[in-house]
Amino acid sequence: MNPVNYLYLAALLFTIGATGVLIRRNAIVVFMCVELMLNACNLAFVAFSRMHGNLDGQIIAFFTMVVAAAEVVVGLAIIVSLFRSRHSASVDDASLMKL
Amino acid sequence: MENLIALLVAAPLLGAAVLLCGGRRLDRFGHLLGTALAAASFVVGAVLFFDMLGRGAEERALHQTLFAWVPVEGFQANIAFQLDQLSMTFVLLITGVGTLIHVYSIGYMEHDERRRRFFGYLNLFLAAMLLLVLADNYLLLYFGWEGVGLASYLLIGFWQHKPSAATAAKKAFLVNRVGDIGLSIAIMLMFTTFGTFTFGPVFEQTGQAGQGTLTAIGLMLLLAACGKSAQVPLQSWLGDAMEGPTPVSALIHAATMVTAGVYLITRSGAIFDAAPDAQLAVVVVGAVTLLFGAIVGCAKDDIKKALAGSTMSQIGYMVLAAGLGPIGYVFAIMHLVTHGFFKAGLFLGAGSVMHAMNDEVDMRKYGGLRKYMPVTFVTFGLGYLAIIGFPGLSGFWSKDKIIEAAFAKGGAEGWILGAVTLLGAGITAYYMTRVMLMTFFGEKRWQPAPAADAATDVEPSADHRPGELPHPHESPTSMTLPMIVLAFGSVFAGGLFSLNSAFVHWLEPVTKFEHGHPPVGAAVITTATIVVLLIGVGIAYAQYGRKPVPVTAPRGSLLTRAARRDLLQDDFNHVVLVRGGEHLTRSLVYLDHSLVDGVVNGTAASVGGLSGRLRRLQNGFARSYALSMFGGTAVLIAATLLMRGV
Amino acid sequence: MSAAPSLAALAASTTSTGEAVQFWILGTVAVIGALSTILMRRAVHSALCLAGTMIILAVFYLANGAYFLGIVQVVVYTGAIMMLFLFVVMLVGVTAADSLKESIKGQRWLAALCALGFGALLIAGISRASLGASNGLAAANAGGNVEGLAALIFTKYVFAFEITGALLITAAVGAMVLTHRERTEKAATQRELAERRVREGKHLPPLPAPGVYARHNAVDIAGLLPDGTPSELTVSQTLRARGQVRDVSTEALNDLKALEQRSEERLGRRPAPARTARGGAEHEEENDR
Repeated sequence: MNPVNYLYLAALLFTIGATGVLIRRNAIVVFMCVELMLNACNLAFVAFSRMHGNLDGQIIAFFTMVVAAAEVVVGLAIIVSLFRSRHSASVDDASLMKL
Repeated sequence: MENLIALLVAAPLLGAAVLLCGGRRLDRFGHLLGTALAAASFVVGAVLFFDMLGRGAEERALHQTLFAWVPVEGFQANIAFQLDQLSMTFVLLITGVGTLIHVYSIGYMEHDERRRRFFGYLNLFLAAMLLLVLADNYLLLYFGWEGVGLASYLLIGFWQHKPSAATAAKKAFLVNRVGDIGLSIAIMLMFTTFGTFTFGPVFEQTGQAGQGTLTAIGLMLLLAACGKSAQVPLQSWLGDAMEGPTPVSALIHAATMVTAGVYLITRSGAIFDAAPDAQLAVVVVGAVTLLFGAIVGCAKDDIKKALAGSTMSQIGYMVLAAGLGPIGYVFAIMHLVTHGFFKAGLFLGAGSVMHAMNDEVDMRKYGGLRKYMPVTFVTFGLGYLAIIGFPGLSGFWSKDKIIEAAFAKGGAEGWILGAVTLLGAGITAYYMTRVMLMTFFGEKRWQPAPAADAATDVEPSADHRPGELPHPHESPTSMTLPMIVLAFGSVFAGGLFSLNSAFVHWLEPVTKFEHGHPPVGAAVITTATIVVLLIGVGIAYAQYGRKPVPVTAPRGSLLTRAARRDLLQDDFNHVVLVRGGEHLTRSLVYLDHSLVDGVVNGTAASVGGLSGRLRRLQNGFARSYALSMFGGTAVLIAATLLMRGV
Repeated sequence: MSAAPSLAALAASTTSTGEAVQFWILGTVAVIGALSTILMRRAVHSALCLAGTMIILAVFYLANGAYFLGIVQVVVYTGAIMMLFLFVVMLVGVTAADSLKESIKGQRWLAALCALGFGALLIAGISRASLGASNGLAAANAGGNVEGLAALIFTKYVFAFEITGALLITAAVGAMVLTHRERTEKAATQRELAERRVREGKHLPPLPAPGVYARHNAVDIAGLLPDGTPSELTVSQTLRARGQVRDVSTEALNDLKALEQRSEERLGRRPAPARTARGGAEHEEENDR
């Protein structure tokens, strides 16, 4: 088996995650889908690391994890405060972009 | 000496400024101030005249440049004056007759509350008219041209409380506008053709311009002259302009302003001489107006309107003469001057009669006035003899020369023009005899004054009560004196001018002169003129002297009825211009609504509709926006891949 | 670390058959997990599916020679982040039985279309890319994977590392700021709450209790209103949100009808107009559970 298959898997997972972002309305699930996309990227990085024979890809994946952790913390905090003020976790309900 | 020229204009201008801005405190002596300044202008003119006589014929023209008016690269307009023999003639006529009419107005407008303003307007008119004839370029002439138009408008509508006067003023202003457009186009054409509009350079360069351009300039100048001088087809305003006070009719609408067109044509002689087609048009206009005005004059019962028709006709003579070229210019101006005398005199006489007859203007309600108003009768009678061309009086000398010049035109044209001028002379004799007989002879046909009408009762001689017969009386000295002076002019001016061809020699350096050679002898023409004249008088006497004149006008023939309506000129204008304009406007409005608005509104609506549809894309849902971002990313990837692939 | 050489051998350029089997099985499970994540109605299920996918990804990391990342993936991602998700879901998402009905017209179809196109393009791009021979991490991991990563992080990527640290602190502070709520006013007392209820004029008496007229004395059975219809108000909000309310009204009404009929027979009266039973068959089915 060729390690390229990991890239195909990563592409598939990324696309699924993106679709989820587009079709789900629950902010938490949307967030999970974002995490899925990030993980797909990480998988690609790891696979690349293996192909290139150096660890830089893993470093990038590591940083991605850290940033994702930070993002999740802030994002969930936003969702919690949004829920407090609107009693809803729907991304459609929180829309103020159109008067 | 040339520094005095500006003074000519400055004096009446000062008068106008002071009188119009000075307010009520000038009411007591405003009229005297205005008259004094007009007289001062005349004195300056006289001084310049005698100074001019002291120089040789070729050195008489004076120039004075006051300041650069529009100093632009390639476009130089100066406030500059040119005083040559032609201008001098006009200056003396304008200031002379003007001063006399100022004096007359002191008496005539005595009871008018707004006399000061009237004199202010008169002074304004004098200033503008002098500017017109003194300008050394067409732009300044145009300035004066508009100035007299303004003064004319203000004075026709002086009794603005009368709707008829206000309408007449508006009409005069609007019709004049048409002519003014002609003048402005002519000036623009001159500038594009010659690069200047100063008289001298323009006339020197006429040889270099194309025939078409010159004809166009000439026709535009003719249009301007038609507007200002009430020539067919822009003649309709003059009859209505008689709504103004009689001194105004005498000064502006008989003696001076209406002759500005003749001045313009004579002044631009160099252009017309180089454009025979335009010259022919001038002759045709003059001939048509000559007969037109005469026919209208025959039918009018309103004394001032009859005189207005006569004015039109006499100016037709002048325009015709001016259109004849160098054989006619001098006689056009000569007739202009003599006409200025006798027509002003006639108008002042008419004003005097009206003054005496409770402002009645209908000649059918006059009659037998010669006993009551001897001075008016004599001066009016002399003016009458002068205008019909009674041998020896002013009109005879000038009109006879014009008829001769018309015959001298040569060929069929000459015969036609000669016949027209002869016929005109006959009709002139007829209608003037009619006026004379109806006014001063026959039995009294006086009518009681109409019940006091609030709208019209503010007119000058308010010394009558409604329901009473008028008490005709001779007018005060301030009114009779100018009439006497003008009567002298009417009698002697023509003879004086013709003495040793003095006037011809005087004007020749400016207007050029050629001796015309009529196909028949001068004596024959003169005899024919006198015969025609006697026939005209005879017919008039048979109709109005032998039989009593009915107080109400008989129905009359078709021609009479048409002539009473100014030969249907207003109807013609109404049908052709007003109706046509209305239809044009309506169709333009329709076009505007359907096409222009349609396009504009359609554009707006389509943009609006498109925006409304595009707006739906902005639905406010973050997921929608994310979708477009996602789609965009897909497109970017596709593009990248395609670029790689290629 | 004793297993490191053998694992390093696994991460060579040509994968072993074992890894291929593992990839196909776990990869399928991972895709199913991902699909479940976006298709599950309940956020909790989504979170659990995602956690499963992440654990599989951790296995793949290990298979690719990223031992440290594999462990971190399990510990940090699955262990911490996903649990944080679950925590928040429990906190706010009890009502989050997401209806899968799309509210934006065409969104779902367009999203599917875009996703298909995007995925196809991505995969086509990968297939066309000249990736070269796979080198394997044997050399890089020779001194140990963790040591190798540490050497890079603290030398080449030290600034990025520091900045990431700052980012984490900032995120922690930000989360605190966002979620912390200062009580700016005094908490309402019982009395004030009662007064406000009277002022607003709704639910003057206390909310009805569940289980009235119920055969089962349970919190998930709605109380009946005087006309026999169940009142949803009597059941806990959470149960309502989950759709876990049981209904006994049909049975009760039937009982009532039978009672009325019996009494009519006994008293010889005309039958009263039949009352229509409220509630559907599915309720009965639920009641029988």
